[in-house]
Amino acid sequence: MTLTLNGKKTDIQDDLTVEGLLGYLMIAPARVAVEVNLSIIKKNDYHTCVLKDGDKVEIVNFVGGG
Amino acid sequence: MDFTEEQLKRYSRHIILPEVGGKGQKKISEAKVLLVGAGGLGCPVGYYLAAAGVGTIAMVDDDKVELSNLQRQIAHSVKTLDVHKADSAKQTFEALNPDVNVIPIKERLNSKNILDLFRDYDIIVDGTDNFPTRYLINDACVMLKKPLVSGAILRFEGQVTTILPHDGPCYRCLFEEAPPPGLVPSCQEAGVLGVLPGVIGALQATEVLKLIIGKGTPLKGRLLIYDALGVNFRKVKIPKNDDCAICGKSPTITELTDLPEEYCSI
Repeated sequence: MTLTLNGKKTDIQDDLTVEGLLGYLMIAPARVAVEVNLSIIKKNDYHTCVLKDGDKVEIVNFVGGG
Repeated sequence: MDFTEEQLKRYSRHIILPEVGGKGQKKISEAKVLLVGAGGLGCPVGYYLAAAGVGTIAMVDDDKVELSNLQRQIAHSVKTLDVHKADSAKQTFEALNPDVNVIPIKERLNSKNILDLFRDYDIIVDGTDNFPTRYLINDACVMLKKPLVSGAILRFEGQVTTILPHDGPCYRCLFEEAPPPGLVPSCQEAGVLGVLPGVIGALQATEVLKLIIGKGTPLKGRLLIYDALGVNFRKVKIPKNDDCAICGKSPTITELTDLPEEYCSI
């Protein structure tokens, strides 16, 4: 399937969950917020939220420096 | 207030802009802005707001200037090493523009003092270096309904957003709760390109001035992410969360609390 990941078309295996996507990208779930089609996904739902072809996914890093 | 000859000259490039004019410049000179942090972000934000003639600028920071700050914290210098950052910034900004009253607040924000410190200001600017304070500032601004211009930096990435409480999402709508201590590194641990806070701080100062003069579209409901290495600006829409613990329909946070100390090592 093809996702729009952080604004870029990205081909990725089918039926991936948010947790699976973060694992594939080697991103620690606690370090980011994830938005799918303009909805923020709750951390508890990462393992059940299955991504679909055409989904728009934004992964936003926690950045706290000043 | 009427402008003096000198002020008309100083602010002429503002006054000539139809969106600012004498009226807008007057609003700028009457504005009261509080900056949390007189570091990487606080320095450029305060510097530009002082240059713009913002009448009152409070700087909240209890740190002193160290040599390792000078790679990016442009209001300080070797002459102010070991001086409180808030005092050092005051000297710099008032030297640039004597019209401006800079109020140094050499305290650490906490759940007890934050509401009283924020109450008298029109706009709050977040340039702090730790997550507990970011959440505290967000929650206090929602409670007081104060506009908040939030900025953050790490390595080569910066983020900016403008929070207009109850008229758009807040910081918690996007980042529900702080990451566990130690998971997200600090600039001290992971580094930061010295110019990055300049870019992000200038964007924050722009947002503040737009709010003051009431022109343009505020960066609300969107997080602007700057990737310096890829020269990429990405805007992520942030939905308002009806279940948000502070600005949702039935808030669960009704009074401010401090996160435990270990969170402070960001």
